[in-house]
Amino acid sequence: MDIRRPPPRSSSGGVEPRFRQVGFVTSAEPEAEPAPAASPPAPDGLSTGARSPVMIPPPLIPDHLHAPVPVPVPAPASESQSFMPSSPPPASSSRLEAASDLDDDDDVDVSWARPPPPALPEPYKRYLTEKKNEDAPASFSQKPKLSRAERRATQEAQRAAKAAAKEAGLKSTAMASDVNTKLSKQPKTAKTSLKKDMTQVNPPVASDKKTSVHPPDKDRKKDGPQPRMQFDNAHRVVKAKKRSIVNQSEAQNRVELFRHLPQYAHGTQLPDLESKFFQPDLMHPSVYKVGLQYLSGNISGGNARCIAMLLAFREAINDYSTPAEKILSRDLTAKISSFVSFLIECRPLSISMGNAIRFLKNRITKLPLTLSESEAKASLQSDVDRFINEKIIVADKVIVSHAVTKIRDDDVLLTYGSPSVIEMIFDHAHEIGKRFRVVVVDSRPNLEGQGLLRRLVAKGISCTYTHINAVSYIMHEATRVFLGASSVLSNGTVYSRAGTASVAMVAHAFGVPVLVCCEAYKFHERVQLDSICSNELGDPDAISRVPGGKSSSHLKNWADNENFHLLNLKYDITPSDYVSMLITDYGMLPPTSVPVIVREYRREHFIACTIDLLHWHGLLNHLGQSELPASKDCCFDTEQTPHMCADAKSKAFSALDMCSSPKGRGEPQHCCRLATPMGTLIPGSLQPDGPSTSPFSELSENVVRN
Amino acid sequence: MPDVQPLVSDFVLKLKRRKVEGSHAVARQTAELLRSVVSQHRMGSSANQAAALADAVRAVGEQLIAANPIGVMAKFFSSTNVDMQDMNSRMLWPGVNPAELAVGNIVRRVLHIIKEEDISSTAVGIEGLSVTVDSDDEYDSEHDDGPALSAAVLAAHARNALRAPSLQTLLEDIPVSPAISRTASSTGDSDGKSKSAGDKSSTRKLKHDVITAIGDLIDEIDSCYEPISEQAVELIHQNEVILTLGRSRTVKEFLYAAKEKKRSFRVFVAEGAPRYQGHVLAKELVEKGVQTTVITDSAVFAMISRVNMVIVGAHAIMANGGVIAPVGMNMVALAAQRHAVPFVVVAGSHKLCPLYPHNPEVLLNELKSPSDLLDFGEFSDCMNFSTQDGSPLLNVVNPTFDYVPPKLVSLFVTDTGGHSPSYMYRLIAEYYSADDLVVRRKSGS
Repeated sequence: MDIRRPPPRSSSGGVEPRFRQVGFVTSAEPEAEPAPAASPPAPDGLSTGARSPVMIPPPLIPDHLHAPVPVPVPAPASESQSFMPSSPPPASSSRLEAASDLDDDDDVDVSWARPPPPALPEPYKRYLTEKKNEDAPASFSQKPKLSRAERRATQEAQRAAKAAAKEAGLKSTAMASDVNTKLSKQPKTAKTSLKKDMTQVNPPVASDKKTSVHPPDKDRKKDGPQPRMQFDNAHRVVKAKKRSIVNQSEAQNRVELFRHLPQYAHGTQLPDLESKFFQPDLMHPSVYKVGLQYLSGNISGGNARCIAMLLAFREAINDYSTPAEKILSRDLTAKISSFVSFLIECRPLSISMGNAIRFLKNRITKLPLTLSESEAKASLQSDVDRFINEKIIVADKVIVSHAVTKIRDDDVLLTYGSPSVIEMIFDHAHEIGKRFRVVVVDSRPNLEGQGLLRRLVAKGISCTYTHINAVSYIMHEATRVFLGASSVLSNGTVYSRAGTASVAMVAHAFGVPVLVCCEAYKFHERVQLDSICSNELGDPDAISRVPGGKSSSHLKNWADNENFHLLNLKYDITPSDYVSMLITDYGMLPPTSVPVIVREYRREHFIACTIDLLHWHGLLNHLGQSELPASKDCCFDTEQTPHMCADAKSKAFSALDMCSSPKGRGEPQHCCRLATPMGTLIPGSLQPDGPSTSPFSELSENVVRN
Repeated sequence: MPDVQPLVSDFVLKLKRRKVEGSHAVARQTAELLRSVVSQHRMGSSANQAAALADAVRAVGEQLIAANPIGVMAKFFSSTNVDMQDMNSRMLWPGVNPAELAVGNIVRRVLHIIKEEDISSTAVGIEGLSVTVDSDDEYDSEHDDGPALSAAVLAAHARNALRAPSLQTLLEDIPVSPAISRTASSTGDSDGKSKSAGDKSSTRKLKHDVITAIGDLIDEIDSCYEPISEQAVELIHQNEVILTLGRSRTVKEFLYAAKEKKRSFRVFVAEGAPRYQGHVLAKELVEKGVQTTVITDSAVFAMISRVNMVIVGAHAIMANGGVIAPVGMNMVALAAQRHAVPFVVVAGSHKLCPLYPHNPEVLLNELKSPSDLLDFGEFSDCMNFSTQDGSPLLNVVNPTFDYVPPKLVSLFVTDTGGHSPSYMYRLIAEYYSADDLVVRRKSGS
């Protein structure tokens, strides 16, 4: 797919970089570890086993920067949409999102690479002043009002636009919303035209129904997560299809409830793709290979998929050479985006992959211009290696070292499916001589547990194997339940292989502790309340095939009857109250602390980037707001100006802000989540902050009271 | 009864070998067998015809109930390992066939029928023979209140003896304790007395009545779907989304009935691995034009949030309102409770079991062949592994049933109407007499 050339920063940059922000997965820079004691256990967690696994390592942030990030909250939402089609998002939508990311990235990139532009774009200036106001208590309440007013104005504009559209006799909602988009964006001048342009080019992203509902002003944008492509909108699906590489045909007899998710007839893409394998310029062969492996299911499992993808990208970077008249960071990002969109066509990305992509793009955009091409490539490759090593391999080791402490002799450990971390835990526990028994619970249609069972038995671990239906029968015996996760969302829900929720529920009912093991790079800011809104649909025919062929005749030719549907759901959501503990490379946490990890993670990343940048620009010595290179985000402001953060009040405000600003005002599910929390969210999310917790929460409570 | 013995042992063998499966088929065949036992039973000239008949039935019933499949299971599991705890605990409770509680139910129902018929005929007899009773007075020296007993009072006693005490019987006008205690201790004697004094026709009538009543019972078992499915329209509304697991004929008839009444609704069918009966049900529903979606069992939790009602069949309903149901049902019930979705169990009254379950997951369960779950061919290499003490490393558990505790059940729909789980004990008291709850005890004494 040919990605639209990113718009010049000066025009569209006003909107984009702001919610662009930062991937929250970037590994810590070496410079970011001034205090060795405060470094996380990640790299050497195994060797330094002396550290209590229960302790959460303090964030690796210099003390003077330890203040909370004032406005990271909006970031998550926007991040999720822009970079990560997190979870298994609808295929081409995320592809196109990726494309839009690309644009963003370019903006960001330029902004960083160049000296600060002579004049800040209007929106930026306003943003900065807003930020300043926020720091002054008096004007604290001003901001929400302002944005609300703005929102109302834009909503009215939209309503008018809608009415106009209706009057015009536009039947299809898609068309209406298109118009809507344009109309609502008219007030904006310079960048609006560009935006429109983009809208036409990338219809599914820009003209997505919800996007159009969102007022174009930036405050709005950072609040609500950008909606993913909804596949029940025929108009957009057709448009999206035009640009896809992979030939896909819709599956028959779709389940009504899941029209918004993509589902393609299985096996139709593979031959087509294979035939294109030797077409030059289509895709880098290593990426192509990985895509085919996803499609055929040869690579599955969050970590495996992520590593395979990163290695493919690494290879592609290695073979990359910047075309004439192009800038490496821009062109490479575009390249990566096209890779990603191809991979999404093969199989929707997992959240972990989205995070990894975000990381990689960030690294690319952060490349200093002074680097030569070969240096840049080498740096990127080492970044990829480091990500794989630190965030996945070492993280797994740390998790294993933590989890093993929770295994006692004579335990009966129940697990579901075949999570790679869990297998490593069992192996390690067996190696260090713990005596335990494993119950492998499995489910159709993939029966991944059989592989785990075989490997464990071969290692001499006593195993019991059963189906998920029998989990209530076997739960009497179990003393611990170890589950893997595809992602952990910031409301504490665990997004994982379908059936995990059932196992956790039964364990909860039987009073068996549920330990979810998940690397922190899989955490995500998104929230989800049910398994319907976002999921991945597998091949429905897999259900009709029954081992032994006993009842295969029953479901033969099921597709002939329009009343007959088969639903092969890949993931489900485990409510956080079923989870006793999360074991991550950051330690063992309650699920309520996920937002903290997400926040800390991002901050760590911010610091790293900031220091990088400041270093490059030689600005390390004089941090002044005026000299900020067109700060792309308010988080940046505060990070770079520690004196502001040192102010206790701003601390409190930022905490309050964090707790009170709804992450996604636009969507009912977010509101649902945030309706209660004022009280609970504050202590819960601040909990693992270590020593700084108490003054922090007190302050914010004070502010709430006042 | 040498003449019925081949029949009985044949049926026992069938039960043991799982040739007959499903509570409906088992109930029906048990009832038929007992009918032939009763009809072949020679009414001797013994004092108590009813007791003799009941003993005969009880003896057969005991054999049927004892058709415990442990031996079969042990053979199945010789290659893998069955939890010894399970086996032991099952040994401890050998009187109960874990697989087919319906056998015991029907045996008890027949015993109850015999008792009921006996008492009703006695009541009639006494009415006619009040003079005889009077004349017998000097024979039963301890029965000083004999003459005072009217037939109506005796009937009330009979009801009392048959049914567990309930508010209804308490409110009825009943004579005070001496009469009751006498009835309880020596009705049989006095009945036998009166009957032996009576003519031969009364015994023949008893036998005939019992056979007719068993015939009615068989009819009831066969037609239990109709009264249940009649209630479907009242419980299923337009555009309802229903979830069910596995296949139950009762559920199928229930949904058919709703469909025939022009209700349009959608059904999610969890396939019910490893037996995949859900596929069969889905196919049957689709043939009737019901919009059906087959989901994996693992997707139940994900889908339940969009479901309005869970309708499932049961294997047996215990006296406490708990349900023995196909495996996986507890998971569904828990998910339904979590999302406040009504969990409705539809079952015929022959599935009502008068036992109170203890550790039913283990004791009232049955482990099937592991080959349903694992392909022995594929895993043959793993079978050889064993621990130091020789026990195999690889165990496969394939239970058939799940126990759903009463607190997870919202409603029972039986052929007598809808009932809450807490009412089940009372319903059971309607069908069984308290003496028969433990079939074995009587025969031992």
